[in-house]
Amino acid sequence: MKLELRGITKVFGSLVANDHIDLVIEPGEIHALLGENGAGKSTLMNVLYGLYDPDGGEILVDDEPVTFAGPGDAMAAGIGMVHQHFMLVPVFTVAENVALGHEPVRGGGLIDARKARTLVREISDRFGFEVDPGALVEDLPVGVQQRVEIIKALSRDARVLILDEPTAVLTPQETDELIAIMRQLKEAGTSIVFITHKLREVRAVADRITVIRRGKVVGTADPSAPETELASLMVGRSVSLGVEKAPAEAGDATFQVRGLTVMDSVGNAVVDDVDLDVRRGEILVVAGVQGNGQTELTEAILGLVQPVAGTIVLDGRNLVGGGVAKALEAGIGYVPEDRSTDGIIGTFSVEENLVLDLFHSPPFSRGGALDKAAIRANADRRIVEFDVRTQAVTAMAGTLSGGNQQKVVLAREMSRPLRLFIASQPTRGLDVGSIEFVHKRIVEERDNGTPVIIVSTELDEVLALGDRIAVMYRGRVVGVVPGDTDRDVLGLMMAGVPLEEAVAQAAEHHTVLGEADIEAEEEPE
Amino acid sequence: MSAPTTTRTAPAEPRVAALTPISWKLPIALTVLGLVALVFFGIVPAGGHHTTFRISTASDAFQISPVAVPSTATALVLSIVALALAGLSWWAAAGRRRLGVWLPAVFGVLWVLAFLCWAGAGKTIPLTGLLSGALFLSVPLVFGSMSGILCERVGIINIAIEGQLLGGAFLAAVVASLSGSPYLGLVAAPIAGALVGVLLVVFAVRYWVDQIIVGVVLNVLVIGVTNYLFSTVLTNNVGTWNRRTPLPVLAVPGLSEIPVIGPVLFRQTLLVYLLYVAVVILQIYLFRSRWGLRLRAVGEHPKAADTVGINVNRTRIRNTILGGAVAGLGGAFFTVGAGLAFGREMTGGKGYIALAAMILGRWNPIGALFAALLFGFSDNLQTTLGIVGTPIPSQIMLMTPYVVTIFAVAGLVGRVRAPASEGIPYTK
Repeated sequence: MKLELRGITKVFGSLVANDHIDLVIEPGEIHALLGENGAGKSTLMNVLYGLYDPDGGEILVDDEPVTFAGPGDAMAAGIGMVHQHFMLVPVFTVAENVALGHEPVRGGGLIDARKARTLVREISDRFGFEVDPGALVEDLPVGVQQRVEIIKALSRDARVLILDEPTAVLTPQETDELIAIMRQLKEAGTSIVFITHKLREVRAVADRITVIRRGKVVGTADPSAPETELASLMVGRSVSLGVEKAPAEAGDATFQVRGLTVMDSVGNAVVDDVDLDVRRGEILVVAGVQGNGQTELTEAILGLVQPVAGTIVLDGRNLVGGGVAKALEAGIGYVPEDRSTDGIIGTFSVEENLVLDLFHSPPFSRGGALDKAAIRANADRRIVEFDVRTQAVTAMAGTLSGGNQQKVVLAREMSRPLRLFIASQPTRGLDVGSIEFVHKRIVEERDNGTPVIIVSTELDEVLALGDRIAVMYRGRVVGVVPGDTDRDVLGLMMAGVPLEEAVAQAAEHHTVLGEADIEAEEEPE
Repeated sequence: MSAPTTTRTAPAEPRVAALTPISWKLPIALTVLGLVALVFFGIVPAGGHHTTFRISTASDAFQISPVAVPSTATALVLSIVALALAGLSWWAAAGRRRLGVWLPAVFGVLWVLAFLCWAGAGKTIPLTGLLSGALFLSVPLVFGSMSGILCERVGIINIAIEGQLLGGAFLAAVVASLSGSPYLGLVAAPIAGALVGVLLVVFAVRYWVDQIIVGVVLNVLVIGVTNYLFSTVLTNNVGTWNRRTPLPVLAVPGLSEIPVIGPVLFRQTLLVYLLYVAVVILQIYLFRSRWGLRLRAVGEHPKAADTVGINVNRTRIRNTILGGAVAGLGGAFFTVGAGLAFGREMTGGKGYIALAAMILGRWNPIGALFAALLFGFSDNLQTTLGIVGTPIPSQIMLMTPYVVTIFAVAGLVGRVRAPASEGIPYTK
């Protein structure tokens, strides 16, 4: 099936998310849509999938113009989509999720459960997915959930499959499996639109690449094009792909975690007997697939959740039981993973957000009243220092772009003298310019002699920032390895394989991305 | 291209957490209650009295003679058995075993029987009457909780059950009175409930107003409208507009002759039979039908439903109106069902108790049915004991249904999961 987009335009308020985009997907090709966060890739695909009404332009299927009033029409036309955030009902079984919307029924509107299960099993067997139709979706690992999404699309006879940032939540090994699946589907005649901002994956799998920047198509490229060329096309200027940092000059381990155990409300150990040491002047990256206890670990350190066992010692003081106030007073700076809900108060102004943890003490308040002038002066200084792009310091923080919101959070947390800096997913969803800035500030903080903990699920970021890397799996630290560890080894550890075994397995079989790393090392540009 | 070839060692299984905090709430509560029963019903009262349980009603085919038991001795035995169950729950908690809901349920039955032995010492307790009255009083609670389940499972919080019940009660009374047929009243009642449902869902879906606030406002609105009409139209011409038109009791031939169960379950009005049908159909269709799957998908993850071509808002609108109609039908209980004329605010907060029954029943029709029966029982116990005459002050007895509700919802519910998207308007 040939799919063509002509002059698609989509406007949100004053923001032109898509500006006359033309795109042709030939039958049986893997077409990569490359662009950084916020470039308008997902908007375009949501228009194509009938979730958004375009403000201009047309969609053609096999050269016939079509209009989609909703996702139902798009599916009927043979378009399937795997969303970045899976569209699966967690409390339903796999079969129920696949059947939803086109349920096989027997008499009286009752669902033919056997038929629904058989359909899942057929597709699963055909592509070797190994998905159990009776399993509850919430019990499945993300990699399997993604396959459920693909089964969902295939069960509706999708001939064009849109994959929106499909590798964001996967380990390199799972990414490899996904790439194999994509090639299999392509051979079976399915066209694939592969949306991503990751250059390596694009080069590994795409037949054609279309690059989008600020809502416009800025060019097409061949998969053989070098990474730097793709990167500059994507960002609009030449970018350095790595993080510039000198080797760490690590001092004493002033921050120690011993035997830390945190329970969730049901009584499962979400952080399980964790030991960590962070030395002054080094960055320890906590790597792992989302949801393996990293969030709870950082929340326990900050005192947001009470551990059931273990100690957290900073500069010789045990922080357990002291709560957040004591942790802040001890000199912890904390950047939460969800900046828009936990990092800022969206309806407060930028200047207010910059003193959220300092407003109660001089110079920002005296005798219970806020000193507006001091707060204003502080804000004026910080937004210059941290390059926050805002119309005014009185603007609501929620109106800023993601990158600028994150800079506000960083500016606040780094404005106190720190004894420990923790950041969770510091660059998730940011554009390349903001990522570079955030990384630079984190490295500067390290070079000031602060122990730094970064939680990241992005292997690129893990490898770029980490002086040492602790890999977490199901609440436990699988191992702590040096910052230059092989990507494949890390990927296996993220799936719970112990270090020695991971090294052995990675040596035997390199993933596509792991090989790209090795090539890059062998031929420095 | 073959399937992915990466071989992997199976990742280590998560360690069984040895540090899981044990919940001692249930064992402690059961032990305290058991000791209370033992001491106050079994040991302290003077012996020598007998409690008589009357089992048959006068119209039963098979008469079972009333059972008289020694009050304190029986209470003693019952409390000891209850305490044994409490002991079992200590053992289960210590070993982190799950015993299920039967344990507190059986404990509750034993405790209530011990209580009845004590409260009815020297008197006669009409056991069948107690149970049939419990079912009778739980009718509006069951319909209300079914309405709540329908609405919340599709993602709309229905606080307006109270108003829907009241609207149903009003319209049922008026239509039955004007037409002279209680069955026409039964047809009219759902319409009133559905209208309240329409208002709720329009504000919730179209204007994204906070659903709890809309619900409360609608309750006040229905009270206002019915009070106004009551004090003008209805009061001015009681004979035409607000006559008592009770639904006749229809005994199911055969089944109604079974001792105890027969008169309780099968000597009832059409409304109660409709209740049986509603619960069974809901239980099956909510979990096994296309309608139910889509309804629940919309309440859990509306965007997932949207991306497979289900119209989220249309689904919400239709099912909230259906839910309103179900609650409206339940409202008919207060007038034609109970054989009364309409009175001001006669639903008396039953809509809120129905919500509690829904939560206690974990958004599950059968569960909500039993929760509603529990509340109905405690309500009726209070009335029955008031008539029989007991040592307990009547004010304390009046509190019983609400105390039971609070303890049941706070203590027994434990970890429940409401539909994930309830109360959140769907916007793209």
